[in-house]
Amino acid sequence: MAKQYETVIGLEVHVELATKTKIFCGCSTEFGGAPNTHTCPVCTGMPGSLPVLNKQVVEYAMAIGLASNCKITQVCKFDRKNYFYPDNPQNYQISQLYLPIARDGYLEIESGGLKKKVRIHEMHMEEDAGKLVHDEWDDTSLVDYNRSGVPLVEIVSEPDMRSAEEVISYLEKLRMMIQYLGASDCKLQEGSMRADVNLSVREAGSETLGTRTEMKNLNSFKAIARAIEGERERQIELLEEGKPVIQETRRWDDNKEHSYAMRSKEDAQDYRYFPEPDLVPIVISDEWIAEIKSRQPELRSEKLERYKAEFDIPQYDAEIITESKRMADIFEAATAVCKKPKKVANWLMVETLRLLKEHNMEPEDIRFSPENLGKLVELTEAGTINSSVAKEVFEKIFTDNINPEKYVEENGLKTVNDEGAMKAAIEKAIADNPKSVEDYLGGKEKAIGFLVGQVMKAMKGKANPGMVNQMLKEALQEH
Amino acid sequence: MDILSLTALQLGKAIKEREASAADAVRAVLDRVKEVEPEVNSYVTLDEEGAFQQAEEVQRLIEAGEFTGPLAGVPVAVKDNICIEGQLTTCGSRILSNFKPVYTAEAVLNLKKAGAVVIGKTNMDEFAMGSTTETSYYGSTKNPHNLNHVPGGSSGGSCAAVAARECYYALGSDTGGSIRQPSSFCGVVGLKPTYGTVSRYGLVAYGSSLDQIGPVAKDVPDCAAILEIISSHDTKDSTSVKRKNYHFTEALTEDVKGLKIGIPRDYMGKGLDKEVEEAVRKAAKVLEENGAIVEEFDLSLVQYAIPAYYVIASAEASSNLERFDGVKYGYRTADYRDLHNMYKKTRSEGFGAEVKRRIMLGSFVLSSGYYDAYYLKALRTKALIKQAFDRAFEKYDVILGPTAPSTAPELGKSLTDPMKMYLGDIYTVAVNLAGLPAMSVPVGKDSRGLPIGIQLIGNSFQEKTLLRAAYMYECATEKWHETSANIGKEAQENGKTI
Amino acid sequence: MKNKITDEVIDYVGILAKLELSPAEKEAAKSDMEKMLDYIDTLNELDTEGITPMSHVFPVNNVFREDIVTNGNNREAILSNAPLRKDDSFEVPKTIG
Repeated sequence: MAKQYETVIGLEVHVELATKTKIFCGCSTEFGGAPNTHTCPVCTGMPGSLPVLNKQVVEYAMAIGLASNCKITQVCKFDRKNYFYPDNPQNYQISQLYLPIARDGYLEIESGGLKKKVRIHEMHMEEDAGKLVHDEWDDTSLVDYNRSGVPLVEIVSEPDMRSAEEVISYLEKLRMMIQYLGASDCKLQEGSMRADVNLSVREAGSETLGTRTEMKNLNSFKAIARAIEGERERQIELLEEGKPVIQETRRWDDNKEHSYAMRSKEDAQDYRYFPEPDLVPIVISDEWIAEIKSRQPELRSEKLERYKAEFDIPQYDAEIITESKRMADIFEAATAVCKKPKKVANWLMVETLRLLKEHNMEPEDIRFSPENLGKLVELTEAGTINSSVAKEVFEKIFTDNINPEKYVEENGLKTVNDEGAMKAAIEKAIADNPKSVEDYLGGKEKAIGFLVGQVMKAMKGKANPGMVNQMLKEALQEH
Repeated sequence: MDILSLTALQLGKAIKEREASAADAVRAVLDRVKEVEPEVNSYVTLDEEGAFQQAEEVQRLIEAGEFTGPLAGVPVAVKDNICIEGQLTTCGSRILSNFKPVYTAEAVLNLKKAGAVVIGKTNMDEFAMGSTTETSYYGSTKNPHNLNHVPGGSSGGSCAAVAARECYYALGSDTGGSIRQPSSFCGVVGLKPTYGTVSRYGLVAYGSSLDQIGPVAKDVPDCAAILEIISSHDTKDSTSVKRKNYHFTEALTEDVKGLKIGIPRDYMGKGLDKEVEEAVRKAAKVLEENGAIVEEFDLSLVQYAIPAYYVIASAEASSNLERFDGVKYGYRTADYRDLHNMYKKTRSEGFGAEVKRRIMLGSFVLSSGYYDAYYLKALRTKALIKQAFDRAFEKYDVILGPTAPSTAPELGKSLTDPMKMYLGDIYTVAVNLAGLPAMSVPVGKDSRGLPIGIQLIGNSFQEKTLLRAAYMYECATEKWHETSANIGKEAQENGKTI
Repeated sequence: MKNKITDEVIDYVGILAKLELSPAEKEAAKSDMEKMLDYIDTLNELDTEGITPMSHVFPVNNVFREDIVTNGNNREAILSNAPLRKDDSFEVPKTIG
């Protein structure tokens, strides 16, 4: 009789904040610079350099804490976490251990149709490390300090999750909330959001926690789900064999779908935290907290309800559009131009999502201006272009952000309403395709589609398909 | 005019009045350096070419009316843990033997804005850890008053250079007495400002919550003028304090009437050299004769300052020195197997024994299981020591005592017993723990001709009170005790070769 | 109370501090540490019950900078002291993981 096991999961999520500069110096945080071009004595740990705290980091951290129902620690400090590694220029990381900026919050998630609270233990500010690139030629590593000093907020949950589904739900909720706050773009693939999974198993019904492991290198939601399944199985197998689970950090290899232990004996993991003497305490007044709270933008749930009410769009549509703040912003801006919310919503839900998937992009990567979408809707509503032309034009808007009015004009895409030309094309189509005519008249309604297609081809796609269809039917009746 | 015998302010005036030029002063200093350096070893690096270039530029700007400050054109020496762009900055260590900073420390930038001419970088105990300047990778500095004795440390090079007239003034740094003690051993004036007064940006950190840069000078007016120039509020240093008033030279009045001076009984007991005690009491008498009210009192907690200091300073140092790993700058070991082997060999070869000792101790007191018992305990002790000083300053304006329990020990006698050496810091470390200002003023010599200094401690931000008292003493004794070391050519001429 | 520092402790601290001591140095280190810790133990004579550990001497708080880019491309300067440089990066022995 197999034992029933419960999986107990906690998450440590690191989020790269969307500030313009690093946490302790005025270097740019812009992504993708050539190696070591965004560096200075402070973020490369030169002797005699000193850190000065970026105020925007504190405000983003407060905003995230408040939006997740945390208590703000009104006197908080930084501490040094000491360990040797080349991506860490001072060989200590400035973080917060003893007095983190926010504590005791929660997020509400939905899993398996049920609502559940996942508690947040604490949230703190810290600096990111540089990047190590393995050099295959010389079998050495190269260090780039551009990322060193980029501000992070680390969000540590309680071990309240019980399945991969709950974990994904929590991460999606967290990501959406932080994106809506504008505090980070939270892209897992780019590393602006990183999740480490702490997992243990125990027999169902047991109150005591098992030994947990920590898993790193999880770069997508799918990888996270696979890693959770894999680790759960690995631990259960150990316990069934009577072996202990060793507390360790494991690295997940998503290609091999397998994890392996990371730490070496050279690392004692004794971080010797002590208060950072080069930084002074942060005293957060009630007024400051109130100000941050008041600046909180409309979060997803509020926006969703407002869209339903204000734009009269259904729940399903509103959900999809508000899943990304960027998408929601585009929706509102496009609607402001054409005043046709349902049409705009449709373009976003169907064509936009399709193109995003095709180009492997996220809504945050959208480059076209919403005004152009609005104008496109206007053109279709006015009948100036037909629906297949509109799709073609939209693809151009998506990739090149063209102005639809100009593009239609320059390429002669306006719907042709020349009845004479259409009649001629219809007669030719009927003459050239006796089989289809016979089928249609014989009762196969669908055969008209082929004939419409032929007429559209002859009209170089610029006829109004609805009109063609109607005129064809009339012509065939008379046949 | 014996240009080298002028004080910094006197030289500044002479240059302004065109009686001498900046280049004249540089030449005189460099000649002097050539003469005595083989014996004293105050400097790690000299920048002869750069000094003449600076002198020329500064002279031009003085004549153009752009540099009008009192120390424009005056040559200065800078302790080798203070960064100057493009110039070798070694901190007295092998691990930085090839390091040239890419920026200049704020205090030095302030000096340059006032027209200072930097002659070179002075020798020091490695990473400022020591009391004798014998732990330097670049050899020991000798006390110019007696070449068989140490100059003190860790700013031994700076103090010896001023005492031997190898510069007109110098910058030192003080974490537990590193300006004051060598100043007292070398017979010069040294001051540690209130914590946060002089920017730490560009000072290679030892004990971050304790470090301050300060002046080493021939006399009190020089000391005040230098302090005025180097002090500033620096937005690059989060611990920098914005002072209400930086006009320290205004304190140079000969008036100590009613000044309440307290001498801690706990300072004047066992362990204090008799000759030093006598000199201190004599100095106190001078101030009393000029209107100060002097009395003894119990400071308390004096014996706990050293253990608390060593826990805190070592802990911070063990962390501050982690960055020296052969990755980004400095020395890297020649052969290594892998990353961790590279770290260990680089650091073990690059650091000297005293630095390694303090890194080990510091790592230990912060390690898991010991943090509360040692580090937090030391921070609590620090709070109590601050409270004791607060209570004392309710009654007194200045606390007066010896700077060190003895005069300069002989070379080679201190490093074999580190604990004994640490105990020599008994009067100075508490001041750093409490962030207070303090200065050392020469008050005489012992029977071996070694200088003795008194320490004046003030309440936070009360440098002016200290300068006033010191200035009064200096004037009342007609600077009897502020004579340069008798060394080099003139010593030979006087038949007093050592 | 006498402190006893074992070889294990010295080795452990050596790993934390990335220092490698010769056997002679280890003996000296053990003895030095023991003496220093014995001396530091005198702090236990002091009653610090209820005293808040004081990290910063002055009540200075909230020192911030604005989120404005003030540094440009300092690459050459930053790499100028590199013990080993490859292209535009610092070269180190291969790191695991």
